[in-house]
Amino acid sequence: MELKFFKRNRTLIIKIDGEIDHHTCETLRGETDRAFEKMGGKNIIFRMGDVSFMDSSGIGAIIGRYKNIQRLGGRIAVAEANQRVEQIFQLSAMQSLIPSFPNLDLALEYVEGGKE
Amino acid sequence: MEYQNAFRVFFAAKSQNEALARIMTAAFLSQYDPTLSEITDVKTAVSEAVTNAIIHGYEEKTGEVELFCGYKDGQVYIEVADQGKGIADINQAREPLYTSKPELERSGMGFTIMETFMEGIRVESRQGEGTRIYMVKTLTTE
Ligand SMILES: Nc1ncnc2c1ncn2[C@@H]1O[C@H](COP(=O)(O)OP(=O)(O)O)[C@@H](O)[C@H]1O
Ligand SMILES: [Mg+2]
Repeated sequence: MELKFFKRNRTLIIKIDGEIDHHTCETLRGETDRAFEKMGGKNIIFRMGDVSFMDSSGIGAIIGRYKNIQRLGGRIAVAEANQRVEQIFQLSAMQSLIPSFPNLDLALEYVEGGKE
Repeated sequence: MEYQNAFRVFFAAKSQNEALARIMTAAFLSQYDPTLSEITDVKTAVSEAVTNAIIHGYEEKTGEVELFCGYKDGQVYIEVADQGKGIADINQAREPLYTSKPELERSGMGFTIMETFMEGIRVESRQGEGTRIYMVKTLTTE
């Protein structure tokens, strides 16, 4: 798994490339939290278009970030998830907390529409 | 059962071997002309079961995970076993969103994913002795 971080206003955008499982989630969690803290961010978007595999560990990690961010009044969203990743989100009913958008622009519009 | 082909491996209960288990399963399966979606279904189920053995069975301590894949008449048979802690209440464990380790950010969706992506799943477990998961999937044939 490879992670790339981008900033847009107060939103941290994380592009995930490769496989998300229990093993790689350690890195995903650690690096995301570190980057978020460093930038003094408010919102997070996970760009998942290049995720080639994800199991339920991915759900746990994303919901974990949601819990942290929600306390700070921020928002979190997923963008570009493929059909497979989307199916796993649907099974866990995660979308009620963390919406999933077909592209980055829609995801940005949602997270930045949150309260200041 | 007489399988037309099968393999059984044992590997250390280390998280980097989750990917190894998926690769071995996919390589075995690919001999039987599965669809891409069937490969992903079985890989995801194996990943869940192996992860459970490592996190819950052995609680991330040393141990050995067993993976079996068998093929017979268009069906794939999977077994994942550990000799770890065992499951006290199997019905509760299989409930969607139930996890005994929320502090590790588990989602409680592992069994639900195994049930959704495979056709049959059977759980054998004894406290203090370990857990064995049996799963089956029928491959589509043209
Ligand atoms: N191999 C195992 N050994 C011991 N307990 C297990 C094992 N597999 C699953 N469990 C128990 O079943 C629960 C549910 O498993 P699962 O649906 O995969 O959710 P999660 O792994 O996210 O907790 C686990 O939290 C654990 O208590
Ligand atoms: Mg699990």
